[in-house]
Amino acid sequence: MTQTKPTADTESQEPVTPSVPFVRALLRNPTMVTFAVLLAIIAAFSILAPDTFTQRSNFTQLAQNVAILTVVSVGTTFVIITAGVDLSIPSGIVLGEVFAVHALKLIGTGGDTTAADVTADQTKAWYILVALAGALLAGLIIGTINGLVVAYLKVPPLLATLGTLGAGLGAALILQNGVNTATYALDPLGHGSWIAAVPNLIPIALVVVVAGFILLHMAVFGRHTFAIGSNPEAARRAGINVERHLLKVYIIGGVSAGFAGFLSVAYFSTTSIGGHSTDNLQAITAVALGGTSLFGGVGSIIGTLIGVWIPAVLKNGFVITGVQPYWQDVAVGLVLIVAVWFDQLRRRTRNRG
Amino acid sequence: MSVTPLLEARGIDKRFGPVQVLKDVDLTVTPGEVTALVGDNGAGKSTLVKCISGIYPIDAGEFLFDGQPVTIHGPRDAAGLGIEVVYQDLALCDNLDIVQNMFLGRERRSGLVLDEPTMEQMAAETLAGLSVRTVKSLRQHVSSLSGGQRQTVAIAKAVLWNSKVVILDEPTAALGVAQTAQVLELVRRLADRGLAVVLISHNMNDVFAVSDRIAALYLGQMVAQVKTTDVTHAQVVELITAGRSGDLGLAAEKIDNGVEYADTLTTPGAEQ
Repeated sequence: MTQTKPTADTESQEPVTPSVPFVRALLRNPTMVTFAVLLAIIAAFSILAPDTFTQRSNFTQLAQNVAILTVVSVGTTFVIITAGVDLSIPSGIVLGEVFAVHALKLIGTGGDTTAADVTADQTKAWYILVALAGALLAGLIIGTINGLVVAYLKVPPLLATLGTLGAGLGAALILQNGVNTATYALDPLGHGSWIAAVPNLIPIALVVVVAGFILLHMAVFGRHTFAIGSNPEAARRAGINVERHLLKVYIIGGVSAGFAGFLSVAYFSTTSIGGHSTDNLQAITAVALGGTSLFGGVGSIIGTLIGVWIPAVLKNGFVITGVQPYWQDVAVGLVLIVAVWFDQLRRRTRNRG
Repeated sequence: MSVTPLLEARGIDKRFGPVQVLKDVDLTVTPGEVTALVGDNGAGKSTLVKCISGIYPIDAGEFLFDGQPVTIHGPRDAAGLGIEVVYQDLALCDNLDIVQNMFLGRERRSGLVLDEPTMEQMAAETLAGLSVRTVKSLRQHVSSLSGGQRQTVAIAKAVLWNSKVVILDEPTAALGVAQTAQVLELVRRLADRGLAVVLISHNMNDVFAVSDRIAALYLGQMVAQVKTTDVTHAQVVELITAGRSGDLGLAAEKIDNGVEYADTLTTPGAEQ
């Protein structure tokens, strides 16, 4: 029933429909269905490739690979719950990268157009903070433009963010003169391990997930986000400033993309102005797989987390088992359609009941 | 009844461009009573309610609350005075549960996070206080409720805030017979608890079933505010459709003026 608030479920005075068998109740919860699918995929590959797939290092690698996508997907979850969409994620990420290296150059780390000359052992903590500030600023700018255009100018989010997608990527190319900048200044973050044998990207992504979970499911902010996605008019009459809230939601989307750009520079040690072009679609796929409704008002951070993992595990498993990895795209596409179809079915049965 | 009125509207004027929707409207709302606001489509009932609740600014006139003049600049001001409106289209969020809907926009917090147990308890107490026993669980999504239950939640939401005036815009419009009876009973209970209730309705049976007073609007003018026991069905229908009934309502010549206010293309004073 309430995939939107897993914490509150346990507080219910009584089960809503005690007569429904446990399994069917689980099946009604989209998050549980997606989780079951993920477990089934993992089980299948564990049987097919018991020695390689199940290694701890493989899962660590997987977690590191999905970390950046996880960060943007958390932001995207908020946007989609308001019945919006954010296609501008790639421009947020790329501009985040570009702003990060420009911030580094600005503080005189040296180098030419293609490199910010700091080696990993020269770098200082405040270099990293400066780069972070630059990346977050880029996300803030993109998110603010998205929010203003969607909330106040009432441009449909699909087109508003399509516009900032193109404009942002263009701006990144202008700032970089079309070439990437390499830097090793963020290496301690991107390649270090604060916790033994756990790459830093994993705990960072985890912190973002936990923060997103609290904000969405336990705070007033999240409650209002659900309300606006469910019925904006009701939200307005309840005294919520719908426009301002939407602006904040798009800023969250933008800032999470900017932060992902920061992590990307840290991890790849270079900007990637030609990359990330399908990150928006990957994030939307992950969010939709996780049971968040594109019609708004329904969704969860946990679902998104699972949704991020399904494509990643499929790809990883196909590579390990020797299947052409391109099958991953085919499989994820099909799973996505089935997931959204399930959502529609649920919606219809609910409306009938 | 010599109870002092809780909310008084005096000489309210409201125009939308060239159209005068409310003209010199007076309305008195008394605690412990259900005041039925009746009128034909376009008579200005909803506009009057939106003026009282601060959604529309008024062009002239004043509001007295508890005898004191007050200005209402927005829904927040109205809510601050204790005026709550339950709209016809309910304005509930389908994907939120009962508690979440009742506290929407005014959530309780403990620290940074939502204080769910307190909200749930307060919602339960409010519903129990209104003798509502039809909902199975407070954590049910509103989408799973029947029309009557949804209306109940909307009304309970309005009384949760120690409100003093509750305005209901056609609460029974979309309901079946049994559910209508349920909601009307709830409306009556609100008044019995000492709230001032304004009930907008097209249904004469509902009006006579629960109201203590009837206020009739006709083409933007308040033509009569009478005790329900003093009038008959037929008289009220006449007030709604013709603006007068016997001694009640507008004098004959004033009705022409009323027509002219609605039709501004006619030069004032020109007789056909």
